[in-house]
Amino acid sequence: MAANNYKHALFCAIVTLIISFPILGLNLEAEGVKITVTGAETSTHIAILLAAVVVFVFQAFRDSFMGALGKLPKLNPLVNKKPMEQSKRVKLESWIMTGLVVLALFWPFFVSRGSVDLATLVLIYIMLALGLNVVVGLAGLLDLGYVAFYAVGAYTFALLSEYLGASFWVALPAGALLAALFGLVLGFPVLRLRGDYLAIVTLGFGEIIRILLNNWTNLTGGPNGIGGIPDPTLFGMEFGRRVKEEGNTSFHETFGIAYSGEHKVIFLYLIALVLAVITALVIRRFMRMPVGRAWEALREDEIAARSLGLSRTAVKLSAFTIGAFFAGFAGTVFASKQGFISPESFVFLESAIILAIVVLGGMGSQLGVILAAIAVTILPELAREFSEYRMLIFGAAMVLMMVWRPQGMLPMRRIHIKLKKQE
Amino acid sequence: MQDLLYFSQQLINGLTIGSAYALIAIGYTMVYGIIGMINFAHGEIYMIGAYTALIAITGLTALGAAWLPLILIVALVCAMIVSSSMGWAVERVAYRPVRGRHRLIPLISAIGMSIFLQNYVHLAQGSRNIGFPDLIEGGFQFGSDDAFQMSLSYMQITIFITTLICMTALSLFISRSRTGRACRAVSQDLGMASLLGIDTNRIISATFIIGAALAAVAGLLLGMYYGSIDPLFGFIAGLKAFTAAVLGGIGSIPGAMLGGLILGVSESMTSGYLSGEYKDVVSFGLLILILLFKPTGLLGKPEVEKI
Amino acid sequence: MLEVQNLSMRFGGLLAVDQVTLDVQEREIVSIIGPNGAGKTTVFNCMSGFYKPSGGKILFEGKEVQGKPDHKISKLGMVRTFQHVRLFTQMSVVENLLVAQHRHLNTNMLAGLLGTPNYKEREQKALDRAAYWLERVGLLELANRDAGNLAYGQQRRLEIARCMVTEPKLLMLDEPAAGLNPAETKELNQLIISLKEDYNVSVVLIEHDMSLVMDISDRINVINQGRPLASGTPEEIRQNDDVIKAYLGEA
Repeated sequence: MAANNYKHALFCAIVTLIISFPILGLNLEAEGVKITVTGAETSTHIAILLAAVVVFVFQAFRDSFMGALGKLPKLNPLVNKKPMEQSKRVKLESWIMTGLVVLALFWPFFVSRGSVDLATLVLIYIMLALGLNVVVGLAGLLDLGYVAFYAVGAYTFALLSEYLGASFWVALPAGALLAALFGLVLGFPVLRLRGDYLAIVTLGFGEIIRILLNNWTNLTGGPNGIGGIPDPTLFGMEFGRRVKEEGNTSFHETFGIAYSGEHKVIFLYLIALVLAVITALVIRRFMRMPVGRAWEALREDEIAARSLGLSRTAVKLSAFTIGAFFAGFAGTVFASKQGFISPESFVFLESAIILAIVVLGGMGSQLGVILAAIAVTILPELAREFSEYRMLIFGAAMVLMMVWRPQGMLPMRRIHIKLKKQE
Repeated sequence: MQDLLYFSQQLINGLTIGSAYALIAIGYTMVYGIIGMINFAHGEIYMIGAYTALIAITGLTALGAAWLPLILIVALVCAMIVSSSMGWAVERVAYRPVRGRHRLIPLISAIGMSIFLQNYVHLAQGSRNIGFPDLIEGGFQFGSDDAFQMSLSYMQITIFITTLICMTALSLFISRSRTGRACRAVSQDLGMASLLGIDTNRIISATFIIGAALAAVAGLLLGMYYGSIDPLFGFIAGLKAFTAAVLGGIGSIPGAMLGGLILGVSESMTSGYLSGEYKDVVSFGLLILILLFKPTGLLGKPEVEKI
Repeated sequence: MLEVQNLSMRFGGLLAVDQVTLDVQEREIVSIIGPNGAGKTTVFNCMSGFYKPSGGKILFEGKEVQGKPDHKISKLGMVRTFQHVRLFTQMSVVENLLVAQHRHLNTNMLAGLLGTPNYKEREQKALDRAAYWLERVGLLELANRDAGNLAYGQQRRLEIARCMVTEPKLLMLDEPAAGLNPAETKELNQLIISLKEDYNVSVVLIEHDMSLVMDISDRINVINQGRPLASGTPEEIRQNDDVIKAYLGEA
């Protein structure tokens, strides 16, 4: 047995060397047309060797490691504590949510413009992740083309403003509704498909939409994108130094304060905050409604759900459409924040990031998703070195989550329902 | 005559790409046939094969090796070893622990793996695309000098022949060898096969290794054919190959070959007669249509919903 | 109320169900029995709309329902349980019952978002009905437990309660006693009889437990290798030579 263990460990160590040495240890460098291979720095080679040794030791003493790990929880002081009562925990979660919102309301007035801008981006991701959470977390439909609906929202605003001079407030509902319509139309044929096929087909749809945006140059400007997307206005007040559109007034003149570029950023942030809160509240409400329960029932057992009279297509379609709707919301805000959009913002990677947020947050749990969105967006900004490794870590984290905690960091809690005894 | 030459050129181009797609598609189809999951990271295994091959070629040339066949064979062997090890490791780390759970869990794990590997190569080798030396130059020309000339390059011939050899070897392996028979048994009924004393874990590992090795072959071939590689090189090719597998009927090895060829030809026809920009649209569209109207593909067997 | 006429189901070359005919009257418990692989569950799957039968007719209250999609059939008032319990395991017990009452709820999304009086009233009624049936099958205390955490016998009862909250006319039970201990089987026995007596539900039952079948069935249909073998009252079946032969094998 022991010899066998060592043999296996040696094998694993060799595999580790094989998969890491050529790629990490030998670097290809292009000088003009000539390509050369150079060895990586010594530290990399040492790291590779170290990794192989670690794998060897771990595999060789795997059983004792696992045994030790099994005992570990006993050292954890929390293990004997009773898990918090469900109703209490739900209450705590809503308190945390409320606290977060209140904090978010006042926070922009004390920080720099860049931070507010970043926070707006976080809020956009929160909207996207909450929307995707409906599709993936609640309804159990893996949508890998979610970013397409985000693109629909953003492009709706860009095109409406370019061709019809529409303002943010017109584009917001239009973008969301059009995205929802896309969800409905695209969803209708594909929702009969089984889970993994659905994932691939949605991925295909997402790519098709992106390629179309890239090539339909007359309308979308192709890879050059569309610029000059206007900022939102507040009751006809503009936030620019000069009023661009006739009939509008400017914000700083109306209130008799000095012009500051920050007003605009903060205003957009507040809009994003309000929309994110609305998104969260509406979806929260959906979860307690018949439609929300139907989503989950279909995720849990499609056959049983059908046998009870739930129409598979109608239920899945509603999840898909609602998810798309919120993506459209987020897209409009995104277009307004950037002032410029191009197909590059809507690649598969973006879908993958949103999916990573949902997965890390615990599919289904809103608070989890929100915290994950904050973490995923802010961490790379806080540590520049980290940003390079961002996707590497996301990928690894997705795998680890699936292996160890598929329910996510904060698994969804059931809503406690009080029943009266019936006679 | 001109039209015919042009058409034949598109056909040749399509069959070239298609046979390489078929090599990658084998990996998807075998894995799906046995454990019913989409190995989303397979495209990255192929990409890693291409990188390894390029590293080996460059390294050998720098060391002074001059005989081309030797360089190519050594590069091929290196690529196959690295990709197979990667395939094996990926299955052990990311798929085996989640086997048998809800369908989406292995798939998300696979997507995570795909992102991880893409960025692993990105960080180690940079994100820029790197030129692949044109080692097999020249070819046959057909048609007159002053009009459209159809060409069949030696590179294309190499791709056909290599694919043919690989496919023959695979068919022989599956039908004749013990492991091959066990593979078929496991894909028929995993539970039953393990009751009959087949070490299913070993067979599943073998499937990943074989699929990865073939993907590495495709990586070298297509790397040379396209002339450059980058870390995103595997993503689209992986999707295409998956489409090919589905088109032919996922789970079926002859289906993967057929699907690859059909997909390759329809892509090159789109490029040739419409626009190269839309060839991806055509293949994704094809994928969607097949899944909607004939999810079992051309040669697949129907699945009965179990209650 | 239910008539199955010459039902056939073919899978590729295999004729799994061949010319099966049976009928169920109101307030009647009819059992389908037969050796393993006789095609009983396939008959159920055809009746509940999971399979489209290859031939024959299924009439429910005089209307043809064969080949209709499953969710429509259950809306007509025919609901089933499954051989291997199928609950929404990660949802709570009471939520399982609420999902089943989809048809009785106000599913207008706007009404739900705004919380209109009609929505609230119907939601409350659904809760009351859920509470009633949970009490009835002895699971009220566990209402907020995850369904997947219930003991096996409790899961079986929850599955029946989940059918009953839909207020069906015909209940199809696929081996409800499988995996139950004798005491639980006895409880189940009483529950099924009470469904018929107190709630005017007709029951079609697939079961291996002969004592249960003989005790509660009004009539029994025997199927062997997809073909109908005999039908009649429990007494008649007990004495039917063909049935005895099929069960004991031809010696």
